[in-house]
Amino acid sequence: MASNEEILAGLAEIVNEETGLATEAVELDKSFTEDLDIDSISMMTIVVNAEEKFGVRIPDEEVKNLKTVGDAVSFISNAQA
Amino acid sequence: MARKVVITGLGATTPIGGDVPTMWKNALKGVSGAQTLEDDWVAKYELPVHFAARASTPALDVLGRVEAKRMDPSTQFGVVAAREAWADSGIAEIDHDRLAVAFATGIGGVWTLLDAWDTLREKGPRRVLPMTVPMLMPNGVAAAVSLDLGARAGAHTPVSACASGTEALHLGLDLIRSGKADVVVCGGAEAAIHPMPIAAFASMQALSRRNDDPAGASRPYDTARDGFVMGEGAGALVIEAEEHALARGARIYCELAGTSVTADAYHITAPDPQGLGATRALKAAMFDGRIQAEEVVHVNAHATSTPVGDKPEYTALRAALGGHVDNVAVSATKSQMGHLLGASGAVEAVLTVLAVYERKAPVTINLDNQDPEIPLDVVTKTARDLPSGSIVALSNSFGFGGHNAVIAVRSI
Repeated sequence: MASNEEILAGLAEIVNEETGLATEAVELDKSFTEDLDIDSISMMTIVVNAEEKFGVRIPDEEVKNLKTVGDAVSFISNAQA
Repeated sequence: MARKVVITGLGATTPIGGDVPTMWKNALKGVSGAQTLEDDWVAKYELPVHFAARASTPALDVLGRVEAKRMDPSTQFGVVAAREAWADSGIAEIDHDRLAVAFATGIGGVWTLLDAWDTLREKGPRRVLPMTVPMLMPNGVAAAVSLDLGARAGAHTPVSACASGTEALHLGLDLIRSGKADVVVCGGAEAAIHPMPIAAFASMQALSRRNDDPAGASRPYDTARDGFVMGEGAGALVIEAEEHALARGARIYCELAGTSVTADAYHITAPDPQGLGATRALKAAMFDGRIQAEEVVHVNAHATSTPVGDKPEYTALRAALGGHVDNVAVSATKSQMGHLLGASGAVEAVLTVLAVYERKAPVTINLDNQDPEIPLDVVTKTARDLPSGSIVALSNSFGFGGHNAVIAVRSI
């Protein structure tokens, strides 16, 4: 079980690896598309990497609901519970 | 009167230099880019060939990590070379709707395709990356160059195996002459030093097996030649309508005077032993450029170092140039950098342009005992000065499938 802080830090690493964005820029209230300028292909790569890192499954139909970094952290946290 | 087209920018990343100045310096000196492969897959798959000519500067040393992640290795090389050519052209402002790309590859994203297949089998479909399709598609390199430079007059990908890079220049010339573009970034890129293509080319007996002497393995015209050496990299040329280049005061290397493409329709891989398709290509390129045989002073030959391939090219050169072929300085630069497949024509075009511009023909290495059936005047040991005055040089490329492509460049 990872804490929300650990999930955020892990996600930030994945986003950095895929996009080059600084990990500090990946904050809970940031929108993936509006604030972080992440396109759909990068988003799918991030999702698949997050699944592997956190041992969860994020269904394709769920991805469109993950608008902010906080949405993703909550989803992963709940999926791990 | 067709629009005159000139060459104003050059770029390359090759086994004998990661940029044009380094490649050219080495091409005049005569070095080998071939090395024993250290990859564990050579032993794992018991490959019969243990060496290749890798690009001397890895693309990841030049490109940003994140941008490179979205490109197949072949596209990475293409973008590196295209950026160098673009910077070299000095074009500061351009109507992007009049800028096109003609960037070739022989195989395309073979690393991406096979990595994705491995991922599918080992980890399942969920792990196959969403960028897989745009990375493996053969037009990926042309698309990436178009995106990088903002070229909106079309991005084309001629695919004709080892003639692809030369065919890109043929297409580029057509695009400018027909008024569809004013400037075209032409080139070719390849990154196929992967166990599967090595196994496949070895299986058809096309590769040299001189495992104990990689540097001596690529030996065009030598009696002991036993196949080509796989190389990788890219070449790029900015070609431009002459009036466009003059209007901006560009440095002009030379004229892209004529090009041609023919097909053998003889055999899927074997060259026509009479070299008829190659002869027609040579004659057509010379006709296209209004070139007399006596103007030709230099040929950058296709000359891959295979036992069956080198001689028909000689036959074709003699048929097209007549007795004047004895006066032509021939360079077989694959002796130095191996065979860059779909990139070879573009890289050799860069060398041919520089030969005319600098009036120097590069060196052919490893020619110890010249095949008596190929009595060409080959430039060996040291680079050779080319004459002053108006001169023409030719570059040939031939590809599996019976593709023949020739370009002719003339001094300004």
